[in-house]
Amino acid sequence: MGRGKLFCLYDIGLGDEKMTINFFMENLANGVSLGSLYALIAIGYTMVYGILRLINFAHGDLLMVAAYAVFFMIAAMVPWWIAAILAVVITAIVGVLIEKAAYRPLRNSPRISVLISAIGVSFLIENLGLVVFSGVPRAVYRPEIFDKSVSMGGITTSSLTFYIIGATVILLLALVYLLNKTKTGMAMRALAISFDTASLMAINVNRIVSFTFAIGSSLAAFGGIMWALKYPQINPLMGVFPGLKCFVAAVLGGIGNVTGAVIGGFILGIVEIMAIAIFPSLAGYRDAFAFIILILILLFKPTGIMGEKMTEKV
Amino acid sequence: MKKLMVLFVVMAMVLPMALTGCGGTTTAPEEAQAPAGNPEGDTIVIGVFEPMTGDAAQGGQLTVEGIELAHELYGEVNGKEIELKVVDNKSDQAEATTAVARLIDKEKANVIVGSYGSSYSMAAGETLKNQGVPAIGCSPTNPLVTKDNDYYFRGCFIDPFQGTVLANYAIDDKNFKKAALLVNKGNAYSVGLANYFKKAFEAKGGEIVAEQQYQKGDQDYTAQLNTIKQANPDVIILPGEYAEMALGVDQARKMGLEVPFFGGDTVDVDKFLDYGDLVEGVTISSHFDPAQPELTDETAKFMEAFEAKYPDRTPGAFHALGYDAYLLAVDAIERAGSADSDKIRDALAETNGFEGATGVITLDENGDATKPAVIREVKDSEFKYVATVQPE
Repeated sequence: MGRGKLFCLYDIGLGDEKMTINFFMENLANGVSLGSLYALIAIGYTMVYGILRLINFAHGDLLMVAAYAVFFMIAAMVPWWIAAILAVVITAIVGVLIEKAAYRPLRNSPRISVLISAIGVSFLIENLGLVVFSGVPRAVYRPEIFDKSVSMGGITTSSLTFYIIGATVILLLALVYLLNKTKTGMAMRALAISFDTASLMAINVNRIVSFTFAIGSSLAAFGGIMWALKYPQINPLMGVFPGLKCFVAAVLGGIGNVTGAVIGGFILGIVEIMAIAIFPSLAGYRDAFAFIILILILLFKPTGIMGEKMTEKV
Repeated sequence: MKKLMVLFVVMAMVLPMALTGCGGTTTAPEEAQAPAGNPEGDTIVIGVFEPMTGDAAQGGQLTVEGIELAHELYGEVNGKEIELKVVDNKSDQAEATTAVARLIDKEKANVIVGSYGSSYSMAAGETLKNQGVPAIGCSPTNPLVTKDNDYYFRGCFIDPFQGTVLANYAIDDKNFKKAALLVNKGNAYSVGLANYFKKAFEAKGGEIVAEQQYQKGDQDYTAQLNTIKQANPDVIILPGEYAEMALGVDQARKMGLEVPFFGGDTVDVDKFLDYGDLVEGVTISSHFDPAQPELTDETAKFMEAFEAKYPDRTPGAFHALGYDAYLLAVDAIERAGSADSDKIRDALAETNGFEGATGVITLDENGDATKPAVIREVKDSEFKYVATVQPE
């Protein structure tokens, strides 16, 4: 029912005379481009939730950490691809440290405490960023291969779009493989069901949780680097809205389900672009679209598109 | 049925929020009338409120650099030392009001300088008027900043003029007939400048073929640019922050939209040039260019001091405007012969033929400066002087 409501927006717009096929396709391409970015970031969000039942609000801010890490390394003349790899490693370490410092001590506390701690960490990183990096937006260097435009059948778009979609698909497949085909993945899935039972099965809970955070943070780092390539400017608060919107994408797809997160990300990106293309006067409220979707999903299909009802962990 | 009811309630909650926008309106807190300033103090306090963090931080920081430079050269007036108190308004309207209230109540400022960004100046205007402390804007160009406010002055031109300058340049010099607007809907400067451009452009026989909007913080303009591309304009006007301009130009080029971009003075910051090839050819109207004719002795003094302090940088419009706003304050205090806020206000209102770094400044009955504008264009990652446009 929730989906039916969303799609009727398109039907109204298609009757509009401005909406030629070419215009529609260009907007679709832009929507897919934005959606793939949301999808990439939402995967990490949803994976951490799926394993630990924790909404890591600092996920969006890890994007910023990764983007600044790349920025400063490139400024220090490190080649961009080495900078990108190092930034992913640095962000993974930051993610693991956050878990150790702010979430692990609260593991046996009510879940709301961990959630509040996550919000605290998020604010801490943002404000630390403001103090250390200053609030001024900075221009980001973009390697040439990401800086081309590609024309296909009358549609022109950035070459970066294809790299982002490619990265999203590869990371999704790798993650699905990791979770379903490896021993570590099995351990992660066991943790998702019960920490206590898992530890009785000789699973090192702390190690697996750290590993989960390392993977989730690396995904955030990938998202942050891609984001900074697509919108070549960074500022300390750059992760706030992407973080919130990718959370919406994750909920839309069914939180905890990585494939769902990708679908949710694409839907969100396409809806956002299409809504503005069809109703230009609503452009000022683009962020509101994401949250209206969130409210509707929570009201009508709280488990999301791909999500299944999970029994509460005790 | 129950779900429909819930849906209805949600919509009822969400829609008013959407309709009024997220920008939020700010009302100045009602402060009790207290004696302003410290006329008896040993020092004179010049309070500065500028965006040091947030979206407008770059402009604010440049302005403060200019003000500090002026303070180093002119640190004394009427035999008293001048104290400079800088407060961050965080690129936020509510914070701007708080910042000004703090400068008046806590720092006992005799006169206030600021702020970059018309929205923040307008938000603070009411407090200044109620408290009776005069303020000099460095670069807020929206006409409403000084309108109906006897305590607000500025050392820069205003947007009706800036919009006309851009429109005339587009039509007369570039022969552009069709323009598209991409406007930050929640920003007084952006909306104002776009409207004045539109008025002047249409009066000269030009046509606005598309009007698109975005909101503060948006990074993706592809949907708007796609609609603009469909309308096939000769030029796109994007009156926004420099970072927004850079993103807009980049996304337009990536979708094969190769028309020139015009912007206002907010783009005139050196960080904009960091975007390199991306922003090549962007044309802006601004307040100051070292190459423009009709500058003063003060310009030379400013340039020399700037180059001594920042050997690797070139001074921009906001440096010069910050410098001039401070000088206007000092000049008024000197002529008033007193640190009393009302006397300073009266002296400011009489400012006539004052030689500043950006040219000769005379304040009109609204407290606005009548000054020429310059057109600058990004060439080889530098702002190049194109033309000077005289006020009518």
